[in-house]
Amino acid sequence: MAEEEVKLFGTWASPFSRRIEVALKLKGVQYEYIEENLTNKSPALLNYNPVHKQIPVLVHNGKPVAESFVIMEYVDETWKHNPILPTDPYEKAMARFWAKYIDEKLWPAAKKVVVTKGEEQKGVINEIQQQMKNLEGELKEKTFFGGESIGFVDIAANIIIWLVVAQEALGMDQILDEEKLPILHGWLQRLLDDAVFKECVPPKERHLDFSKVKFGSSIASK
Amino acid sequence: MASGSVADQEGQVMLLGFWFSPFVKRVEWALKFKGIEYDYVEEDLTNKSTLLLTSNPIHKTVPVLIHNGNPIAESLVIIEYIDETWKQNPILPQDPYDRAMARFWANFIEEKVTKPSREALISQGEQQEKKVKELKEAMEVVEGEAKAKLNDKTLFFGGGNGVGYVDIVLGWTCNWMKTIEEVGGFKVLDPENQPQFHKWMANFREVPFIKPTLPPKEKMVEYSRMVRQARLGLVANK
Repeated sequence: MAEEEVKLFGTWASPFSRRIEVALKLKGVQYEYIEENLTNKSPALLNYNPVHKQIPVLVHNGKPVAESFVIMEYVDETWKHNPILPTDPYEKAMARFWAKYIDEKLWPAAKKVVVTKGEEQKGVINEIQQQMKNLEGELKEKTFFGGESIGFVDIAANIIIWLVVAQEALGMDQILDEEKLPILHGWLQRLLDDAVFKECVPPKERHLDFSKVKFGSSIASK
Repeated sequence: MASGSVADQEGQVMLLGFWFSPFVKRVEWALKFKGIEYDYVEEDLTNKSTLLLTSNPIHKTVPVLIHNGNPIAESLVIIEYIDETWKQNPILPQDPYDRAMARFWANFIEEKVTKPSREALISQGEQQEKKVKELKEAMEVVEGEAKAKLNDKTLFFGGGNGVGYVDIVLGWTCNWMKTIEEVGGFKVLDPENQPQFHKWMANFREVPFIKPTLPPKEKMVEYSRMVRQARLGLVANK
């Protein structure tokens, strides 16, 4: 059997590269991790992702794949055990729909809420609450979006952790409140308890410090 | 009847759409490419049907594909669903790495060409200039890809003479881009500096199942003008 060489270019604080770590670990794929310095990108990274010059990039036997969802689908199709996408085409379509929703609606709102103030911020908070309610509608009584085990949407929804940490760093009231969003709140606790997933989040203290530095200059006045 | 036969798969296929929408058009191209029979429902976007609102409660937009009563929204999600449900005339390649490349380029087109084009249509001044600059840079990348992948024997990104996923995702440019430029008052298309891309557009337009689906120019200009006025009018009144 040909020797398999898998490399992941990422950064410790990026939810997007952490997603790939989850996917690879769930499938037990051995890989070499390369921590990039985004202020001084390596020639290798620039060579492997000349279009976007961004992480994450997965390099499999010398061939690069970029964009987190594209990489996740590639990983799922290449290493077929412990699937992260459902096999049924309709269920698969639903997973892709919700992953897209998370990246195109929830993530931009999450980035906005920590850099806005007053009325504008209140508006974004309402948006996020609605988005989270929508996610609850999809999750319902399931343990994870993927069912009994973590799947594509759970991995995509890791950005919620980044929002929670950023809000904590800024001393904001948590939008993901146990009373208002019990289903999603419960899901997050299960996600953070999962043996594989918990290895793929930034260490809390370091993440808090990072968020304080990143968003601290625009601390929202309450 | 053999299980898994085409007749079983057919079930009932319905597409909720809007004549102008390039996103709807893509889904129609995917359906036609595979020879799938479907019922088309033209939506009035100023008076959305109950069916649309209940089938796509999250976004309330077209396209929505309804297969055997199950609704799917988002054009790229729908196209992958179509490809996985009806196996004839594959749209995406078989090999996982080739599939990843196709998806990468589809994402690039959406983020760097489709979105900024719409934003350029509904903006003006500095805001529009920013979008047009983004578009020009993106088109350089597209031309680069076209130069690398296409030639006299390989007319389409799908390989050979057949269209594939990237062609279907990029296809809207062959007709809508000129309209957006005209109505928005800017220039992105450049036949001299984008020769391979222009060849591709010309070939795409002529594909037998694509050609009859392209809406007439005057109608597209009229509608785009209305969209632009409405959006700029809203902004001015703030």
